[in-house]
Amino acid sequence: MTARRLPHGGEIDRSRPLRFSFDGREIHGFDGDTLASALLASGERVLGRSFKYRRARGLFGAGVEEPNIYADVTDGDQFRVNQRVTTEAAANGLRLQSTNTSPTATGDRMGFIDAFSRFIPSAFYYKTFMWPNWHLFEPRIREMAGLGRLDTTKSGPIGDQINHFCDVVVVGAGPVGIAAAIMLAEAGQSVLLVDEGSRIGGSLLHRTAVIDDLTAAGWLAQASERLRDLGVQILSRTTAFGIYDHGLIGLNQKHVCGRPDTLWRVRPDQSVLATGAIDRPLPFAKNDLPGIMSAQAGLTYLRRYAVLPGQRIVVATNNNTGAEVAQAMAAAGAKVTLVTLRAEAEPLPGIALHAGRRIEGALGRREVAGVVLDDGTRIDADCVLVSGGFTPTIHLYAQAKGKLRWDDAMLAFVPGSSVEGVTVVGGAAGQFALAEAFHALPVALKLQAIVPITAGVPYAITPAWPDPGQKGRIWVDYQHDVTTKDIGLAARENFISVEHLKRYTTLGMATDQGKTSNLNGLALMGQITGRTIPEVGTTTYRPPFVPVPITSFGGPRGAELMNPVRRLALEVQHRAEGAIFGEYGGWLRPAHYGQNDAAIVAEAGMARRTVGLYDASPLGKIEVIGPDAAGFLDFIYYNTVSTLKAGGCRYGFILSENGIVYDDGVLVRLDDNRFIVSCSSSHVPGVHALLEEWRQDRFPDKRIHIHNATAETATIAVSGPLAVDVIKAAGVDAVLDDLSFPHMTTRWGAWGGIPLRLTRVSFTGDRSYEISIRQDLAADLWDALRDAARAAGGGPIGIEAVMILRAEKGFIVIGKDSDGMTRPMDLGVIGPLRNKKAEFLGKRSLLQDEAQRPDRNCLVGLQPADGAGPLPVGAHGIDQNGPALHSIGYITSSYPAVSTESPVALALIKRGAERHGEIIMLQHLGKTRMARITHPCTFDPDGDRLHA
Amino acid sequence: MQTFSCPFCGSRPEYEFHFGGDAGNERPEGFATVAAPVWAEYLHFRNNPKGDTQEVWLHMTCGELFVMDRNTVTMAAGPGQPILPPKVTP
Amino acid sequence: MTTTYSALSLLKEGFNGQKGWAKAWTSPEPKSRYDIVVVGGGGHGLATAYYLAKNHGIRNIAVIEKGWLGGGNTGRNTTIVRSNYFFPESVRLYDLSLKLYETLSRELNYNIMLSQRGMISLAHTPAEMEMSARVVNAMQINGTDAELYGPEDVRRVLPIYNFGQRSRYPALGGIWQGRAGTARHDAVAWGYARAASKLGVDIIQQCEVTDFIVEGGRCRGIRTNRGDIRADRVGLAVAGHSSVMAAKAGFRLPILSYALQACVSEPVKPVLNTVVVSPGTGTYASQSDKGEIVIGGGLDRMPSYGQRGNLPVLETVLSGLLEMFPAFRQLKLMRQWAGIVDVVPDSSPIIGESPLPGLFLNCGWGTGGFKAIPAGGTLLAHLLATGQHHDISRPFDLDRFARGRLIDEAAGSGIAH
Repeated sequence: MTARRLPHGGEIDRSRPLRFSFDGREIHGFDGDTLASALLASGERVLGRSFKYRRARGLFGAGVEEPNIYADVTDGDQFRVNQRVTTEAAANGLRLQSTNTSPTATGDRMGFIDAFSRFIPSAFYYKTFMWPNWHLFEPRIREMAGLGRLDTTKSGPIGDQINHFCDVVVVGAGPVGIAAAIMLAEAGQSVLLVDEGSRIGGSLLHRTAVIDDLTAAGWLAQASERLRDLGVQILSRTTAFGIYDHGLIGLNQKHVCGRPDTLWRVRPDQSVLATGAIDRPLPFAKNDLPGIMSAQAGLTYLRRYAVLPGQRIVVATNNNTGAEVAQAMAAAGAKVTLVTLRAEAEPLPGIALHAGRRIEGALGRREVAGVVLDDGTRIDADCVLVSGGFTPTIHLYAQAKGKLRWDDAMLAFVPGSSVEGVTVVGGAAGQFALAEAFHALPVALKLQAIVPITAGVPYAITPAWPDPGQKGRIWVDYQHDVTTKDIGLAARENFISVEHLKRYTTLGMATDQGKTSNLNGLALMGQITGRTIPEVGTTTYRPPFVPVPITSFGGPRGAELMNPVRRLALEVQHRAEGAIFGEYGGWLRPAHYGQNDAAIVAEAGMARRTVGLYDASPLGKIEVIGPDAAGFLDFIYYNTVSTLKAGGCRYGFILSENGIVYDDGVLVRLDDNRFIVSCSSSHVPGVHALLEEWRQDRFPDKRIHIHNATAETATIAVSGPLAVDVIKAAGVDAVLDDLSFPHMTTRWGAWGGIPLRLTRVSFTGDRSYEISIRQDLAADLWDALRDAARAAGGGPIGIEAVMILRAEKGFIVIGKDSDGMTRPMDLGVIGPLRNKKAEFLGKRSLLQDEAQRPDRNCLVGLQPADGAGPLPVGAHGIDQNGPALHSIGYITSSYPAVSTESPVALALIKRGAERHGEIIMLQHLGKTRMARITHPCTFDPDGDRLHA
Repeated sequence: MQTFSCPFCGSRPEYEFHFGGDAGNERPEGFATVAAPVWAEYLHFRNNPKGDTQEVWLHMTCGELFVMDRNTVTMAAGPGQPILPPKVTP
Repeated sequence: MTTTYSALSLLKEGFNGQKGWAKAWTSPEPKSRYDIVVVGGGGHGLATAYYLAKNHGIRNIAVIEKGWLGGGNTGRNTTIVRSNYFFPESVRLYDLSLKLYETLSRELNYNIMLSQRGMISLAHTPAEMEMSARVVNAMQINGTDAELYGPEDVRRVLPIYNFGQRSRYPALGGIWQGRAGTARHDAVAWGYARAASKLGVDIIQQCEVTDFIVEGGRCRGIRTNRGDIRADRVGLAVAGHSSVMAAKAGFRLPILSYALQACVSEPVKPVLNTVVVSPGTGTYASQSDKGEIVIGGGLDRMPSYGQRGNLPVLETVLSGLLEMFPAFRQLKLMRQWAGIVDVVPDSSPIIGESPLPGLFLNCGWGTGGFKAIPAGGTLLAHLLATGQHHDISRPFDLDRFARGRLIDEAAGSGIAH
């Protein structure tokens, strides 16, 4: 036991003790502890294992920079994987399992791997495991890799999301961020101040300062009050993880008490980044031993959580921030030695000083037991606090495409260009001394303000980069076990570009994303290759700044809230009829009304014998209105439209500009200046956009108005020999005799005084009427029609039955019986190509070599020619002539026999139009079938049943 | 999330918009005379510049096409302009 | 110097402090003249140089790279290899690639970690099952491996899929290709670079092409920020920037550049053993050997050369992932990025001579260029060496757009590739 909890001080509430378990051991802490501070206070040093060599590891950091210690956390019925212990609040009853240990951090069976480390340097896996092949080795390696283990029996929480607008987001509520927020709010800006900590204050929570003659705590209390008075919105436990296009900034907010995280999408005019800086490790042999910790982290544990990290502490540094740490540790009762590379360092009372010295190596096997200095001095220690200098946290700035500049005095990359809407202040801008940072604020924020007064010495630093000549194993990236030797190897093998260095050694690719390691790594690469640090450069900064729960991004979208299906106005009626629903073209529609598939055939047969009623509401009803509408539609349609008489209907195609059939449907001409484009249900938005595009692009000064009336109108189709009787019996007021209301016409009628439109078109081959009525009035009409149909021996039929009826007639469903190569000629509609003289959409493409090719796949019917049942959809026709087996097309629709002798199928078959009667071989999932090619229409070929 | 400015509706989020192609991609007229390569240029070949570009966009919620200057590297987007020149009253 | 990679050489170098390894590739100064110059030091460009040297015996070659090797889409993709295509032309192309991948580690003496753990393209509706059958039959007829999986098969290969009652995208089955899987993307670039360098190819990094040297209506080389480099033939393999280079050469391409995003989660112990793609959610995922869940999805909304991720598409992709795998709600996203891909109207590549004679194209791979690297290299090498199409590349010539003979996989299979 080396670290210990002090009897008083810190933010913890000693009146509220708590307990959780770590690797099965009980850990005691207090309310206000992080998992890390409680673990440290317990005296346990070895809390995890490194990713590759499985070396024993302890805490290095106290915040998001922590590279070493992660745990899988069970919290009641919730489970969270790979939790960074330094940023998670301790809570009663949690169960922690250290990640990547078998079975525990202290008793890891895989620890022996470190003994073989010399044979498995960076990227060794590219050089071996090739014989016999990688598959032999991979499963074992996969099992050894990974960190935590998901609980696959559980889901995780459903993330929360919120959009927010404000004038300014200030990221980081340290002293500089707070001062900036106050200045901006005083200037009248609406400000959102966010900080990833559990409370605002940043470095003031663990460092001493006198600001405006107040202590750090005193100033913080006063500033908090001022923020509140100014109405600054403060989000704690909130990390700004990314800046995206057009200034959007993404925040992830954690909550206490188990509530899932909230993703904030904030669109400010300005983002002020007061994100501070992170202390680097120092390079020396075995610098990864448990007990070696960042000096700032040590100070944080002492001041915020009252944990003294050791009894005999060496503070080692290359800058002038070590003195405060050493004094604080000594004041708390530790025996302290300060080792500083800065020769000019002044002695401090009660603290042994080694000025102008560096640590050569750490002593100890599993935990640190002391250090050896470069002059050979050995110092006994149970804790080494290191400070290699501050690295500004400029991730968000770099994500926003800010260019970095190397500051040779600060030994840091700092912002080097201005980025619109992004302002960097404080430590993130390389202003590591508070006075300097405060002083720079008004200029940076472009406003007049009174600056907080503080004293302090300027930051000073002496380079202490890893040296190619240094002896021993010196860690650069703790989590991924990248040592200076690995960087040397990368250089030797010519992986000297910084991106190659990263990828070859995996430097900075661990879950901490190299927050403590990257700069030391590229400094070393620079030295080896004779380049300066800015010449080596940095890798690209990518979001998120810290790992963010995927559920925050996913939010509540899931189940029925994901790509919601469209609902019919008559859904309640269909449900009452016992409909089984399916998704068709984005709509939830009745597939059939019985419990099983047998209902489908029964419904189809019923519709042929008497009458079938189906909901055709999703069919497009896009009105094209105006004196120039006919000319416009002549361009849109493959067919000629302007010759259609008022009250008439015409079946036609809309092609895409590359000649492919995009949609088919019936065009209705209500009067000279009014048309209804009735397109496929799944194509309504697409056809609407297409009509608008061409109207605005090609007919901008013509009098045409387009209105999509699909959703406001319900359509009920009545089909079958008894259709007229049923419509009459239901009380629809309309003239229905064949002479005044022939096939392919539309007429107005009424029902109970409500106007409705009847369109006599047929998708089934039987006499059919599509009755369109205001959707909010459709339910009663449906009930009346259903009752009348029932009385006539018919009733509702689902989409599946309709599919059979139309297939018997050879009517296609676009996208099912056509594919993305189908031209109108392939569907047997050749007339307009030959005869239509006017320009139309896609015309030129129909003259391409490909469109004119004689061996194209054409729509045909297919009947089984082998006595077996219906042909399988997706089966291909095959041709065994020629060098290799090849496909001659495929079945697109297939159904059991209902009105026909034989089961029906539709197919696209090569040269199909000229091959009616021919028998072809089909292949499906390795088996063959025989089928006869027929005309697509196999039922009532003369159309007698339409009574046209 | 980017925001684009529809000339009729103002600044709206990107998912309300649909990219419509290069501005000025004129449709070759006269199917009988347009050569295949010319038609293919119109159908498929694009400027695709790295940097400043002018494009046609559709604001799906209002149904209007408009022209927008955009930078394909910085993602900066200018205000949308109506396709039609303003009508001049004599 | 140790130049051969093996367990034995690792052992030897282990005792030698890893000090004896030779450079993976050399970095010579560019010469003023080569027989052939390949522009683009990604997978396709490096593979082209390697096959030119190996298959055609041409050694006086340079690969010219603006940045660093493999820094474009080769190093940004989701590492999936597969040949589950519909048209015979596509299957021939991608199966050639997969077959070359299957022996590549040993051929290059570089472990590219080809992991053929199979890929399932899910079907969520009866209609999608029918379409899947159409594709499976096409694949079998065209001579590559495919199976039509039913619901029980999906349970077997994806035990953590969302089989719940409220699942928006229930898994009825799908297309299974057992030989599909993943390979280590960087290793493919580095392996080809090392092998090409050994065969005498000059690999020139940090060299930006500023223009083409055109004489007598023919491409005679390139102008770069490191001087003019003349060559008899020039190959172009610069996915994402094909249009930019084409503009320098004076022609346009049927290409739009889009950002394609990808992301990885934090690493976890193995939970996902196959590659999975869902047409319903538009999300695809696999788990890397390191344990990260590697996730991809659809293109951004607007043409872009900005190699950075955007939020709306990411949110769509990740909500799709969570709908498929509810347990992934426990996971955190570690890194997101984007690559710039060449999007072609028919989503098939363009391989062939460009409108500027002497300049040959390898572009238009859309979202799937990585899996095609060995084939793309083989075919461009064949073109550059002989001036003639290989049988497999002929259908992918640029002339297909004027002829209207597109090879549109989505059109045939209903599945976007």
